[in-house]
Amino acid sequence: MAEAFKFELVSPERLLVSEQVEFVVIPGVDGEMTVLAQHAPVMTMIKPGVVTVKTAAGAEERYVVFGGFADILPSGCTLLAESATHVNDIDRADIARRIQEAREDAADAKDDEARAKAEQFLSQLTTLEGALLPA
Amino acid sequence: MASLKDLRNRIASVKATQKITKAMQMVAAAKLRRAQEAAEAARPYSERMGAVLANITQAIGDGGDAPALMRGTGKDDVHLLIVCTAERGLCGGFNSQIARLAREHIRRLLSDGKQVKIICVGKKGYDILRRDYGSLVLERVDLREVKTLGFGNADAIARKVINLFNQDGFDVCTLFYSQFKSVISQIPTAQQIIPAAQASAAADTGNGAGGAVYEYEPEPGEILSDLIPRNIAVQIFRALLENAAGEMGAKMSAMDNATRNAGDMINKLSITYNRQRQAQITKELIEIISGAEAL
Repeated sequence: MAEAFKFELVSPERLLVSEQVEFVVIPGVDGEMTVLAQHAPVMTMIKPGVVTVKTAAGAEERYVVFGGFADILPSGCTLLAESATHVNDIDRADIARRIQEAREDAADAKDDEARAKAEQFLSQLTTLEGALLPA
Repeated sequence: MASLKDLRNRIASVKATQKITKAMQMVAAAKLRRAQEAAEAARPYSERMGAVLANITQAIGDGGDAPALMRGTGKDDVHLLIVCTAERGLCGGFNSQIARLAREHIRRLLSDGKQVKIICVGKKGYDILRRDYGSLVLERVDLREVKTLGFGNADAIARKVINLFNQDGFDVCTLFYSQFKSVISQIPTAQQIIPAAQASAAADTGNGAGGAVYEYEPEPGEILSDLIPRNIAVQIFRALLENAAGEMGAKMSAMDNATRNAGDMINKLSITYNRQRQAQITKELIEIISGAEAL
């Protein structure tokens, strides 16, 4: 069995996960990455997506996060999510609402930079929706 | 002297009031527990955020590429005060304490010739500050409809503040709220959130993770420019949560006092009532006896 390390998933409202895990898959802005124990220190931004956690006990949990940060150290990994939900509790209406908001943001962005950012966020959200909905 | 009937009515009305204050106290106690839990649940995030921020600031060093939100504008002319108070009264000195601190601050800034702008979060603070500094209030944020405070509420306020900053609306931003110490003690606090440099410098001594050489994805500057606005939102969120817990604590003890006062009042009134009734009985007896003796 692979070496376990400490993983914490926190949203501003609460601490969702804090336990020993085998690996975590994080949707980084520059692509998905799998974090194992003894990972080199990395700090990365996160795009909206699914975080997969394999606990030391062997269970696999999936969480949906909407942007945030991951702070990875050899000794552990902390994920600061803007908002996080367990995949089972995800509400389709909520995602639809977020997409709607992102669309509005993109529509009334003032300059090109803001628009590009909003559109990128929107496309990430729609990908996420596509990934979740058939499930 | 009030008649017996008046006294009876008075006692009945004080009893009704006591029932209300008692109910309010119990409601406040229940809400306090929830607010406290929420405040505690939010703590890990803001702690980690502080640690991450400290790390990244170290990595960037004092180089010029720190975002403006962190460095400030280099000036100190226009101050923005975010005054967070409760939406409702009946919580003792809670709101007026925060307002008093803010007012002292405003007076000092104005006498130094600075320009002051105010954003009021919560109705009560606005009501108090409106009298003296109504013209300085840019905006008031109403959270009355909000049942449970979410991060979204804080984020909305933070976004407004950051927009204003980007339009050169102010140089320094200070957050006023009440720190929740315990049920009976809330400490009104002023906390500077923009520029954030000093705040994070204090945070980085506390964390042991410092010193590790990080890889950054994307560039540290880019992360930081995303992290700082978020940190502001987190600070505001924390202030709102502390406030919510403090308000309920203050309300609970205020209502506890009110209930006790009503009890004292009922006791006093009942004694007066009994005395008067006894006096009347005695008087009637005297009348009967002296009537009988006269025969």
